[in-house]
Amino acid sequence: MAALRQIAFYGKGGIGKSTTSQNTLAALAEMGHRILIVGCDPKADSTRLILHAKAQDTILSLAAAAGSVEDLELEEVMKVGYRNIRCVESGGPEPGVGCAGRGVITSINFLEENGAYEDIDYVSYDVLGDVVCGGFAMPIRENKAQEIYIVMSGEMMAMYAANNISKGILKYANSGGVRLGGLVCNERQTDKELELAEAMAAKLGTKLIYFVPRANIVQHAELRRMTVLEYAPESEQAEHYRTLARKIHNNAGKGVIPTPITMDELEDMLMEHGIMKKVDESIIGKLPTEVAHA
Amino acid sequence: MTQNAENVLDHLELFRGPEYQQMLANKQKMFENRRDPAEVERIREWAKTPEYREKNFAREALTVNPAKACQPLGAVFAAVGFEGTIPFVHGSQGCVAYYRSHFSRHFKEPSSCVSSSMTEDAAVFGGLNNMVDGLANTYAMYKPKMISVSTTCMAEVIGDDLNSFIKTAKEKGSVPMEFDVPYAHTPAFVGSHVTGYDNVLKGILEHFWDGKAGTAPKLERVANEKINFIGGFDGYTVGNLREVKRLLGLMGAEYTILADNSDMWDTPTDGEFRMYDGGTTLEDAANAIHAKATISMQEYCTEKTLPMIAAHGQEVVSFNHPVGVGGTDEFLMAIARITGKDIPEDLTRERGRLVDAIADSSAHIHGKKFAIYGDPDLCLGLARFLLELGAEPTHVLATNGSKAWAEKVQALFDSSPFGKNCHVYPGKDLWHMRSLLFTEPVDFLIGNTYGKYLERDTGTPLIRIGFPIFDRHHHHRYPVWGYQGGLNVLVWILDKIFDEIDRNTNVPSKTDYSFDIIR
Repeated sequence: MAALRQIAFYGKGGIGKSTTSQNTLAALAEMGHRILIVGCDPKADSTRLILHAKAQDTILSLAAAAGSVEDLELEEVMKVGYRNIRCVESGGPEPGVGCAGRGVITSINFLEENGAYEDIDYVSYDVLGDVVCGGFAMPIRENKAQEIYIVMSGEMMAMYAANNISKGILKYANSGGVRLGGLVCNERQTDKELELAEAMAAKLGTKLIYFVPRANIVQHAELRRMTVLEYAPESEQAEHYRTLARKIHNNAGKGVIPTPITMDELEDMLMEHGIMKKVDESIIGKLPTEVAHA
Repeated sequence: MTQNAENVLDHLELFRGPEYQQMLANKQKMFENRRDPAEVERIREWAKTPEYREKNFAREALTVNPAKACQPLGAVFAAVGFEGTIPFVHGSQGCVAYYRSHFSRHFKEPSSCVSSSMTEDAAVFGGLNNMVDGLANTYAMYKPKMISVSTTCMAEVIGDDLNSFIKTAKEKGSVPMEFDVPYAHTPAFVGSHVTGYDNVLKGILEHFWDGKAGTAPKLERVANEKINFIGGFDGYTVGNLREVKRLLGLMGAEYTILADNSDMWDTPTDGEFRMYDGGTTLEDAANAIHAKATISMQEYCTEKTLPMIAAHGQEVVSFNHPVGVGGTDEFLMAIARITGKDIPEDLTRERGRLVDAIADSSAHIHGKKFAIYGDPDLCLGLARFLLELGAEPTHVLATNGSKAWAEKVQALFDSSPFGKNCHVYPGKDLWHMRSLLFTEPVDFLIGNTYGKYLERDTGTPLIRIGFPIFDRHHHHRYPVWGYQGGLNVLVWILDKIFDEIDRNTNVPSKTDYSFDIIR
C-alpha cells in the first residue's frame, strides 16, 4: 500500500472551496483512491455533495451530546457517501461563542486516536476561510497535510486571503514538512482573472494548478446535493475536475515553501495588471472643498 | 488573648479564644444571612435519603468533588523520572504552581518545574516567544540534561504546536540543536493525570526511539534480554519503585525502570540541595527500545504508551496496580516467564509470610464492607486484595474510570463469592460517593485525603490509601506492591479496624467490657 497522502484545501469563505474539493475528491475516488474527507468548518458543509445530505452530524455536536469526546465511537461520526468516500465533519460552536479552532484540534486528535486514517489512500481537510488561529493550522502541523491547495479567484480579497494562508503555511514549513501545493482558481469571471491568478502564484513561488471555468452545471448539481462527477459524469465540467484531480495526484512531493508578499506588493500587482488605479496620496482623507483650496 | 512571642498559638487554639469567638459570632449574625437552622437540618437529613440519591445520580451537568486531577500533573510526574530532567510546562504560571504545590503537599519535598509564563499577549499572538525565551532561561539557569515540554489548557485552546515551536526555538539558539527536548500535548480538559503521564512517557520514548523529531536517525531495535518496567502515576512511587528494584534484583532480572522518579521525592537532608536526583538515564531510555518486553504496572496509565512499544516489536504486559498475594504472584510469574529465571526461595518465603499474616487477622477482616475510590488501576488492585481477604469492596468508584474499566471491575466481582453485592461506578464523583455511603453504608472507606470530608459527614472511617495524601506524612515511602507492600496495606487496614473497635468500646462501665488489650 502506498503511504497515506494528506492534503488540505484552504481559501476565503464563499470562494467555492467545498464545491471544488468535493468534486475533485469525487474524481480521485473515480480513479480508485480510498478517500477520507475531514471537514474543518463549524458550518459543516464540506461533505454534503458526497453524502447528499444537508449537513452531517458533527464530531463536536455528538461529543457535546454524549458528554465528552472520549465517549464517542468512530462509527457514530463517520458516514460513507459517493464511491465509498468516508466523511466526517468536525463541526464547532454557533457563531459568536466558544472556540472553533480548539474544535478542529479535538476532532483531528479523535480521528487519529480512533484509527480513522487506516485503510485509506487520501485524507483531505477542508478548512474554513483563513488560518485565523492555531486551531485552524492543525491540518498543517507536522505529520498532517503534506500539501496545501488554496482555492482562490481573481478578486482582490480572495488573493489577499491566499497570501495570508501562505503566511500560515510558511510558519510551519520551515520547521516541518508542510508545503504549498499550488493555487486552484475557481473562475469568477473578473477582469484578467487567469493572468492575475498566474501572477499571484508566481509571487507566492508556486504555480496555478488549475483554472476551473465557471459553469452552471455545478449549480444544477449542487441543488441536488451532488457533485458534477455524479450528476453529469459525461459533462465537460466533470472532465475539468478529473484533470484537476490528476494534477493534484501527480503533484505529490512537488509542493514549495511559499513566499508571501506584503499588502503593498499585492496592491502593486493589481495595479500592474490595470485592475486598480494608482491612489493619489494627496487627496486621502480630504473633503472636495479642501482639495479645491489646496 | 493575643499572640505573644514566648508562646505562639496555632490557629487551632488561637481562634478558640473569647475575642475571636465573639468576632465570629458577630460576623455570623450581622453579615452571613444565615438560613433557618431547622431548614438547614431538614436539608441535611434529606440529602441522606434514597430519594436524594436518585436525584444525585441523575445529575448530568455538574461535577462535585471529582476524584481526579488534570493531565499536566501526570505530565510533570513522568518527566521528573528521567535523569537531570526538568519539566517545562508551556502555559501560565498559576498552573505550574498548582502541580508543584500538589506534589510538595503529598511528598513533603520540593518539586522543580518551570513554566513558559504565558500571559494575555501570548494568548493573542501565540506562545512562540515564551517558548524561545523559556527554553533559553531554563537551559541557562537550571542546567538540565533534558527539558520535557508539556502544555496547559491555555496553550491548547489557542493551538500552539510544540513540534514547530521547539524546532524554531532551537534554530533561534535557545538550546543547542542536539539537546533533548521531548514534548507531549497534554490539554488539562481532556482525560486526567493518568492520561498526562501516558502522553509524556510516550512522547519521551518516541523522541529517543524515533529519530528525535526528525533530527537523528531512528533507532533499529536489536533485541536483548532486558525488561522495561513502567510504574504509572503512583502516590507510593518512592516505596514502590524501590521495592520493585529489590524484587527484580532477587529475580536476577536485567531491567530498566522507565520514568524512575523514586529518588526525587525523599532526597536526603545532608546539606546539599538536589534539584535532580536519580532517574532513568537518557541512555537507558534510548536503549529501552532493545528490551525483550515492557511491563506496565498500571494499564490505564499506559494506554497509548504500550501499543507504541508493542509496535516497535516488544512483548508488552500490563497489570492493574497489583496489591496482595494473587496480584504479586502474577507479576512475579510474568517476570519469571519472560526472563526464564526461577522465582527464588526468598520470595516464596515472603509470600508465605504475607499469607500467614492474612490468616492471623482473617477473623477481623472477613465479611467487612468497603467503599473504594481512586485511580482506575489502584481501585482494581485494592478491590482484588479485599476480595482475597474475604472482604467486600461494596462500592468501587473512579471519576477517571471508563466503561471498559467498569467491565473489568465487574469481571473481578464476578470472580469471587465476596463480589456478589458489589457495584462499580465509572465517571462518578465524591458527591455520588456521599449518597452511596448514606444509603448503602459500609464499614470502611478507602481513599485519599479528600475522603476525610466523607468520613466526617457520613461517619465512615477513612483508610488513607491513594493520591494525594496531604494530612498524613511519609506513607509514600512505603511500598504497596510486592508481598511486603501487601503486608503494609493489610496493616493499615487492620490498624483502622482496631482503632474503631477501641473507639466503640471505650466508655467506662458501659461498653468497656470489650475494651480489650488483646485484639
